[in-house]
Amino acid sequence: MTVPAPAILPARGAGDRIGALFWRHPRLLLALLLAPPLAWLGVVYLGSLAALLLQSFYSIDEFSGVIVREFTLKTYGELFRAQNLDIILRTLAMSAAVTLACAVIAFPIAYFAARYARGRWKALFYLGVMLPLWSSYLVKVYAWKLILAKEGILGWAAERTGTTFLIDAALALPGVGGNSLSTSLLGTFIVFVYVWLPYMILPLQAALERVPLSMLEAAADLGASRAQVFRTVILPLALPGAIAGSIFTFSLTMGDYIIPQIVGTSARFIGLAVYQLQGTAGNLPLAAAFAVVPILVMLVYLTVARRKGAFDAL
Amino acid sequence: MHSDRAPLSLKVAAGAGLLFLHLPILLIFLYAFTTEERSYQFPPPGLTLKWFAVAWDRPDIWPALRLSLAVAALATLIAMVLGTLVAAAMAQSRFFGRDQISLLILLPIALPGVITGMSLRSAFSVLDIPFSTLTIVLGHATFCIVIVYNNAVARFRRLSGGILEASADLGATGFQTFRHVLLPNLGSALLAGGMLAFALSFDEVIVTTFTAGQQQTLPIWMLEELVRPRQRPVTNVVAIVVFLATVIPILIGYSLTRHGSETAGAGK
Repeated sequence: MTVPAPAILPARGAGDRIGALFWRHPRLLLALLLAPPLAWLGVVYLGSLAALLLQSFYSIDEFSGVIVREFTLKTYGELFRAQNLDIILRTLAMSAAVTLACAVIAFPIAYFAARYARGRWKALFYLGVMLPLWSSYLVKVYAWKLILAKEGILGWAAERTGTTFLIDAALALPGVGGNSLSTSLLGTFIVFVYVWLPYMILPLQAALERVPLSMLEAAADLGASRAQVFRTVILPLALPGAIAGSIFTFSLTMGDYIIPQIVGTSARFIGLAVYQLQGTAGNLPLAAAFAVVPILVMLVYLTVARRKGAFDAL
Repeated sequence: MHSDRAPLSLKVAAGAGLLFLHLPILLIFLYAFTTEERSYQFPPPGLTLKWFAVAWDRPDIWPALRLSLAVAALATLIAMVLGTLVAAAMAQSRFFGRDQISLLILLPIALPGVITGMSLRSAFSVLDIPFSTLTIVLGHATFCIVIVYNNAVARFRRLSGGILEASADLGATGFQTFRHVLLPNLGSALLAGGMLAFALSFDEVIVTTFTAGQQQTLPIWMLEELVRPRQRPVTNVVAIVVFLATVIPILIGYSLTRHGSETAGAGK
């Protein structure tokens, strides 16, 4: 009579023993998988954010320019000086305007792609949004420098079509005008809209794709006109998508400092203030305090967005 | 009322929107061939190929290109390891703090770059860490993790845990399962994630300006030229290089994941 082979094979080496250990204690495997990435993000990222907060509670000695490493609220107080408050308000206004314009331009693209595009066209629209989203940010900004320059393509086209007066009228607007489009706040606004537009299209399209066709048919059966269907069915269902998109357009505009530097006036935005204060001015504490402003605004924004169900549309 | 034909106005608005997204980039290509050096005159007075030769001979472009490639390669490598690990953990189980971890991964890209940059700059200042290539890599790897994670986690979810068990039941060691079952299934998603991470890092300028010190990556070189132009068409030649270096990896990434439920890039 032979002894039946044991049901469990003997371990063939260290590898098998480790495999068995993980099988019996899945939490151990989980902990081992999570440890390196969490250590990285915890130390490098959260650590840095903590350093930012810490730095913002320091102050700078006005005579020597040396950072005084003592807790103070003085630096935050400086944010409320008229010129600094101006920067913050200008940035918020620009972010809001850019977000609105992005939503208006993005809607037809997202709606067409979600509702009507099929097969090849669907792929084309997808790539058509994805490529500008991912292609080089600086190259895109540079392209607009070429377009908006006084002797650039826009001015040329306006001259050819006899519409130069339109550009002149826009540039004569108080507050946003200037010498040429590439040195006006209007130009800054156009480039912002262009660069962040794809971030609005994608979540909007995702939200619109979830609107069931049967619901539109039901609305029509109940006697709603096209406009009523749009206003009472499509728009409310697209809103979470638009809010999700607005998180990106708002936050990205608020933190950007390259675009106002290349296309725009000397009027400063939060990003530019942070950059200049930490660089040439060497005032790290005030730069850090300025950087905390977008964080606070985004925290409020995200809380509101969450209530409106925007996170399901991401 | 319901029909499957789009109204003309919608078609026009959608088409115009797409054109608005694409036409500006074509201009970059045109201006690389212009004979006009000092302004952005349109239409270009003449066309020439000489700027490609001039760009090739400019000694300041090569070190910047090398630094950008080195930083992107290193950052991608780190992000691929960390992003895959966290994706494996997040896909296989639910645990306490899972939502917080996914927020933590997303944060470096959800908050404006200026905050990530300024935070790192503050940390280097508080800890007296001098700027170096490594400080650039540190920042880049941090925001690249989420890109790799997004691609990998979608694939992990589709991969049924059953095939790993089947492999073990058939007598494969842990390493063999990893090598012959897990890796071939994850391969293309990881590659796509890596491509996108590389593209993102190669092109990054906002965080980099805070972490680079005196060193120049290619985008920083470009930024300098934009603020203080010397030979404008040379900037266009470099812009074309940067554009291709970001678009080609994206197209490869797209074709690698096209057939799955996930598609690379959807979560930038």
